[in-house]
Amino acid sequence: MTKTDNKALFRDTGAEEGPRAPRESRLREFWRLLRRNRLAFSGLAIFVFFFFVAFSGLVLTSGTRPVFDPAIVRLQEKLRPPLSEPNLANLLPKEIPTLGVYLFGTDDLGRDVFARMLQGAWVSLTVGFVAVGIAVLIGIGMGGISGYFGRNPVRVDHILLAFIVSLGGGLLIGGAFFAGGVLLLIGSTYILFSLWRKKWSGKQSAQKLLRLLHKDTISIDTLIMRIVDIMLCFPVFFLILTVVALLPASMYNIMIVIGLTSWMGTTRFVRAELLSLREQDFVTAAKALGVSDWRIIFRHMIPNAMAPVLVSATIGIASAILIEAGLSFLGFGVPPPHATWGNILSDGKRFIFDAPWLTFIPGFAILIVVLAFNLFGEGLRDILNPKLRERY
Amino acid sequence: MLSFIGRSIIQKIITLFFVMVISFLIIHLAPGEPSQVDPLNPKFTPEMVERFRKAFHLDEPLHVQFVYFYRDLFTGKTISWKDNEPVLKKIGERFLNSLPLFIVATILIWTLAFPIGVRSAIVRGGAYDRLATFFSYLLYSIPGFFFAYILILLIVNAFHVPVIGMKTFGLTDVSLLRTGMDRVWHLVLPSVLEATVGIAVLSRYVRSQMLEVEGQDYVRTARAKGLPPEQVHYKHALRNALLPFVTMFGLMLPGLIGGSVIIESIFSWPGIGRMAYEAILSRDYPIILSINFISAVLVLIGTFISDILYMVVDPRIRL
Repeated sequence: MTKTDNKALFRDTGAEEGPRAPRESRLREFWRLLRRNRLAFSGLAIFVFFFFVAFSGLVLTSGTRPVFDPAIVRLQEKLRPPLSEPNLANLLPKEIPTLGVYLFGTDDLGRDVFARMLQGAWVSLTVGFVAVGIAVLIGIGMGGISGYFGRNPVRVDHILLAFIVSLGGGLLIGGAFFAGGVLLLIGSTYILFSLWRKKWSGKQSAQKLLRLLHKDTISIDTLIMRIVDIMLCFPVFFLILTVVALLPASMYNIMIVIGLTSWMGTTRFVRAELLSLREQDFVTAAKALGVSDWRIIFRHMIPNAMAPVLVSATIGIASAILIEAGLSFLGFGVPPPHATWGNILSDGKRFIFDAPWLTFIPGFAILIVVLAFNLFGEGLRDILNPKLRERY
Repeated sequence: MLSFIGRSIIQKIITLFFVMVISFLIIHLAPGEPSQVDPLNPKFTPEMVERFRKAFHLDEPLHVQFVYFYRDLFTGKTISWKDNEPVLKKIGERFLNSLPLFIVATILIWTLAFPIGVRSAIVRGGAYDRLATFFSYLLYSIPGFFFAYILILLIVNAFHVPVIGMKTFGLTDVSLLRTGMDRVWHLVLPSVLEATVGIAVLSRYVRSQMLEVEGQDYVRTARAKGLPPEQVHYKHALRNALLPFVTMFGLMLPGLIGGSVIIESIFSWPGIGRMAYEAILSRDYPIILSINFISAVLVLIGTFISDILYMVVDPRIRL
């Protein structure tokens, strides 16, 4: 053992207490483990690179005078292979590609594939992150409630209230303003009424109707797990396809729909983690200190349950990117003038024998990005879970 | 056991009811109406739209439509809005087309994933294991449509065989062998593509199960008492690692109807997935809802069967 190591051992303990285990911050340990896992590390590197490409793609291809214009049509220059020089005699000054060559070639309308790929990178990135963000938020919320409040029963009046409010909201959206408004009003009055009862009249009321309303039905845990079961019954890609096809085409709809159909896994992970965390001493201590329930959940328990959520989120981004590409490929993606990797490939497939770069460039781009996210996610699983860690 | 079966059947029926309601609401609350699919078509006069709405109960309130629809579905009278064919008959025909794909893909998955997974668990950390790991990630990450085009390019350039569709059009008056080979060539690519993700996922799962069992004490005991490694791996470890896969027979069931939309569209394969895609394009609600309903039923039956199987094969599980 060298001298510096000894110093590290004695740091901030005071020498008289003797050596302790070397202090290593969690981040440093994480970094060290990540460096050892070569696949995961290259995944992270590609992920960071993709992040920068997507951001610069957004900056460079948007605005009124973008640096790389993905929308310029040059019919005289169509289907040029990658790295070919533009024919300057045929082009107006503003049609000349910024780099002086067609780095990735041109498509059947003579649009620069490089500029289109840049524009598409941003779509893939945002769809992946926003969809997974929605899924993780719903998953943490549902899983948190189910894991922490799971034993609490749902009462008859809760079900009635949820029914009334959702019916009122539905009617309001559907156009029946009067009936919907009345139902919403009844719902909010009942909420106020029960708040008032809880706060000012502690004594148990003995009325028959109220007792019927307060009858326990099922536990919250059962309710949420049944909702998860219901969601798992739908064939996911088919459901997404149906909804996206019925709604007006836009990037936001796709993100929301993918997010709303992929939260079930996160819910189950968070619930399982919270069920075991709930029995631990630090939660009891926090309760004894009078910390509120929501603060215990979000400040004390969720951070301890984050590991599986992070892993499933990383892999979820990969699958969201794949789903978006698949939707674009089928023609249900982001509407046409905007390029996505899926619709570049889908447009290019007709020329697969004459212009294979139109298929291979976006295809390999999707493959590499998805692979990077999957590898990084799997590596994260190994690193964050001490049980799976190799002994060294 | 009996009470578990009873409870889970009731639970599944309730789940199914909610699935029915939700899918019906999703379809019918979406903007636009099926009677307005083609507003520019001059043959579509307002009277015709009215008659259409009446014939398919579209002028009734939603809950009445719901009852009508599922009554028709259960009595087998639902008809497609596009061509007035009975929905169940159409789904049945398409199902028979998707079935060969499903069977070949399943055989591929199960025969490839197990040897790969078991082998890479036995030689864990070695070159074979790392290669298998990387390839399973690669197969899992590759977009199906892109992989389809790579394979089409390779096969068509190397063997000069047609691959799109179920069979070559106009191939008559040739020997049985020719037509048979033709069908096989058309079957190979789509079923390989449907199997790719399955092979990747299942082989990883087999590997992790096998690793878990190999780490247990009784395997160490078997090794310590001097049994040959083959016997330890394949007799002691593998048998116990196989337990969770018994349940997969149940979970395979929904795959019967969930033919891949993308793969079947690329290969113009007239299966369930392609029919679903066409139904979505033409807003043929009865078909969309029926496919949704049938696949939900299959998912529920599948999980039920897998629960039961798990209880049968693993005496430690008592529900």
